[in-house]
Amino acid sequence: MITLTIDDRPITVAEGTTIWEAARTLAIEIPVLCHDPRLRPVGVCRMCVVDIGARTLVASCVRPCESGMKVVTGSEKVERQRRTLTELLMSDQPEVCPKESTTGDSVLHALARRYEATGASLPRGAGRPRDLSSKVIAVDHQACILCDRCVRGCDEIQGNDVISRSGKGYGTKIAFDLDAPMGASTCVSCGECMAVCPTGALVNKPVSGPIVPRRHLKQVDSVCPYCGVGCGLTYNVDVEQNKIAYVDGRESPVNHERLCVKGRYGFDYAQHPQRLTKPLIRRAEFYPKAALSPEVMGNQERGKGRRKTALVSYDDVMPAFREASWDEALELVASRLLAVKKEHGPGALAGFGSAKCSIEEAYLFQKLVRAAFGTNNVDHCTRLCHASSVAALLETIGSGAVTNTFAGIAESDVALFAGTNISANHPVAASFFKNAAARGTKLIFVDPRRPDIARHAWRYAQIRHGSDVAFYNAMMHVILREGLIDEAYVRDHTTGIEELRALVDRYPPALAAEICGVTAEMIVDIARAYGGAKAAITFWGMGISQHTHGTNNARCLISLCLLTGNSGRPGTGLHPLRGQNNVQGASDAGLIPMMYPDYQRVGDPAIREKFEKAWGLPLDPTPGLTVTEITTGALEGRIKGMYCLGENPFLSDPNVNKVRKALTRLDFLAVQDIFLTETAEFADVILPATSYLEKTGTYTNTDRRVQIGRPALAPPGDARLDWQIVAEIATRMGYPMLYEKVEDIFDEFTATTHEYQGLDYPILGATGRLWPAFDREAKDGEQILFGDAYPTADGRAKLVPCDFEAEKEPTSAEYPFVLNTGRLLEHWHTGTMTRRSYALDAISPGPFVEVHPDDLARLGITAGDLVSVSSRRGRIELPARRSTSVARGSVFIAFHFREAAANVLTLDAIDPIGKIPTFKLCAVNVEKAQA
Amino acid sequence: MTFALTPERESHLAEILSRYPNRMAATIPVLHLCQEQNGWVSEEIMEWVAHRLGISAAHVKGVATFYTLFNKEPVGRHQVWVCRTLSCALNGADALLHHCEKRLGVHVGGTTKDGSVTLRTAECLAACGQAPMMQVDRDYHENLTLADVDTILDRLTRS
Repeated sequence: MITLTIDDRPITVAEGTTIWEAARTLAIEIPVLCHDPRLRPVGVCRMCVVDIGARTLVASCVRPCESGMKVVTGSEKVERQRRTLTELLMSDQPEVCPKESTTGDSVLHALARRYEATGASLPRGAGRPRDLSSKVIAVDHQACILCDRCVRGCDEIQGNDVISRSGKGYGTKIAFDLDAPMGASTCVSCGECMAVCPTGALVNKPVSGPIVPRRHLKQVDSVCPYCGVGCGLTYNVDVEQNKIAYVDGRESPVNHERLCVKGRYGFDYAQHPQRLTKPLIRRAEFYPKAALSPEVMGNQERGKGRRKTALVSYDDVMPAFREASWDEALELVASRLLAVKKEHGPGALAGFGSAKCSIEEAYLFQKLVRAAFGTNNVDHCTRLCHASSVAALLETIGSGAVTNTFAGIAESDVALFAGTNISANHPVAASFFKNAAARGTKLIFVDPRRPDIARHAWRYAQIRHGSDVAFYNAMMHVILREGLIDEAYVRDHTTGIEELRALVDRYPPALAAEICGVTAEMIVDIARAYGGAKAAITFWGMGISQHTHGTNNARCLISLCLLTGNSGRPGTGLHPLRGQNNVQGASDAGLIPMMYPDYQRVGDPAIREKFEKAWGLPLDPTPGLTVTEITTGALEGRIKGMYCLGENPFLSDPNVNKVRKALTRLDFLAVQDIFLTETAEFADVILPATSYLEKTGTYTNTDRRVQIGRPALAPPGDARLDWQIVAEIATRMGYPMLYEKVEDIFDEFTATTHEYQGLDYPILGATGRLWPAFDREAKDGEQILFGDAYPTADGRAKLVPCDFEAEKEPTSAEYPFVLNTGRLLEHWHTGTMTRRSYALDAISPGPFVEVHPDDLARLGITAGDLVSVSSRRGRIELPARRSTSVARGSVFIAFHFREAAANVLTLDAIDPIGKIPTFKLCAVNVEKAQA
Repeated sequence: MTFALTPERESHLAEILSRYPNRMAATIPVLHLCQEQNGWVSEEIMEWVAHRLGISAAHVKGVATFYTLFNKEPVGRHQVWVCRTLSCALNGADALLHHCEKRLGVHVGGTTKDGSVTLRTAECLAACGQAPMMQVDRDYHENLTLADVDTILDRLTRS
């Protein structure tokens, strides 16, 4: 420890503490331009100079404290230097500062006011250009003071490495890539550079309305509505206009102020003019039901030749509906559902909830289906996401949630990423992974499509589609052969090692290499690194789960982790990265056909009795149908009535042509959403709901962190809160649901669970809590689970051996390509929100198919050409894009785009255990489209 | 990418990398190596260097544009730098430079049509005692008269 005085005040600090940091702990504010506590200090701006009695003044942001130092932070000499510096910097500032005229918080201009510096006494330079090419950020090189904060923000915080300085002397400027226009560079529009910029050089462009200073706006602390990372953010709201002006990243244990393009710029969808504001009832002349817009009708039917649109055409759909009062609409929903129940029994009813809804909405919705409908036919998009992972986790370790947070990577020396394109799907988590790589953590990626983040990889294995089981079995083979197994851990905490050993014995690396299309050395290298790690953490995504052998894929990863004792300690763990903002919470809340809240089995009589008592009526003892089974049920006429809350199965489920038939066959369909979705075209009643931005609720992120989302906007027209609509329908169906406020629902939910005990709104506060959080005095919930024992009957985890299985639909002469589907950074699922967000839609306006350059050449296709992609189930047309991320013989299509819906092509074969469809693999043909 | 180092330079690259604590630190010598082969540092080369060193293209661009010795455009077979700092300036560097321009038919910074010579100016090259002077490729030519310059340029344009 070092003792010194700052402005005559004594202070003792740890060695290595800078003068600036020490002063800050004394609440002495030393002005800075180039420094930000989140960045490595560089000391280039010299604004933070202080007097330490040396020959010259020193930069306090880089100078470490020394014993006995006497620091003066604001003497006349110091102030004179700062004034001169400000004068010099101001001399080249533009007439109107882009930051002062928008958010009004230019650090430089605040200093200029303090020192009354205008720069007018100094000659001006020749002037530097502006760059308005980015859709979301305006660059004014004239306002740039070359403090390098954007460079370090891009490199050190986000790990994107796009910005640097270019040139020398007066001509020096920040440059994107090889000095490309920002909008044409590899910039991913996360906005970090803009957020750290102290001047008007980098400012937000308006997304939905004018940008004004924060003091004129209302600040609403909330959580991002998009992915499972759950970033803390602040909406700056123009209350009068009922608009969000811009978004700031907020300090939270999740994101530490970081955001991605969706969180920062994708907030204007709620204000889109197409919002539903009145309940709608289908007109009598539009029966029998059929799709209403050409895109939803499919290729074969009418509407051919018309240009396909990015959004559901309201002109096509609205004439089929008439506006109704809430009373009429709700009464119709309740009475029609009751009629189906009466005529065909409760098993003919089903409900689709959504992982975009809050815990309260999910809890209430499953309660409605179970108590008022009288069936367990309730499911949501987790079925299309991590159902197989959860099945494997519950089977092996007794709990479906992550065992460590993603930030746990900070303590790992090796991290394995299996089938996850994190920089597109969990961009902010990816930034922390890149930070770990920069600190020396070895990142290993195993994926048939090269993820962008692979440039930070220690090893990247481009395995063949669907060969995962062979790959991980071979890794385990090497680990066992070379004695890298954690004997003590396996002995004390697992069962089934002998069976596993016998199976993986049959998977030498040479055999797996043949199956996977990588070298045996690659497998051995990766196995040694993982097996030899002090702490290895394992992440996986849809590339593992969305297969007909998804459960087997996950079982292998779990075995790999257990075999090497990489669980229950800092830096280790199993982390299936959750996709939706509340997929964890909605599953926790029981939006699953075989489980009540907190994964309590429907089939267990004691559990059922508990819920029957709590909900006051007898419940259906048989587990319900899953998403894909409900669709099949509707097609076969067993499911007659459905209530769809926030889901859009038409685009999100596999084999669109089958879904279309299934939806047409329903006797009654109620859709509750914020826009007309493709699914809503088949509805009898459409209920206008509130968007995320207009309501209060809790959401559980991928880490198990329960956070409160708070309303930033007022709902439009007659749109109602989702939980109130659900409660109203239940009540009208004869099962009264009477709640005063949303917190009451949360409290009722937590009372039925074990894991959510100890959580309530007051304790969740601004940054939420990880569950479990039984100790209310602790700072947070448990980060790392299962250090001592697993929540299984014997306290041990089960090693489940799995054999490699060949694909359900191998490529053939007719369909020689493998189709892989997934998502893009800028878009969210079926695009209902993001395609109505100005910035996101502008950056990524349409569909494309990624094809390897060699395949393009072989087929005589030029990048940008319209190609036809067909499978045994359907055909779509979209432009080809040249990409070396995909392997030869495989293509990739994002499933966001209705005008070329990837799920027209996908196969609806499902995993026998997780019941998840195989979105990641089917055979297709690619050819030049007919002109 | 089509750029590739010759096998000899590839082994030189390995030797360079072995000398530095991290790959970013090798940016300057690796750029020199590439320029030696290609004559100038194209954007393709900057990307190649970024890829090989595992650093961002923006950073390589920053280094290449900061140092004047990296040619950002194609240059002639020979480089002529006329010193224009104090001692040379007092001893007629200006006239020397104009003579070169006229003789070669290019302005400062330009390359002759036949691609033989690129003409440039330099700040002090530390030969003030022998002013005026110019550097041709790696050699100094000192105490220059216009006639000396003619002889030198003749040789350069003929070779």
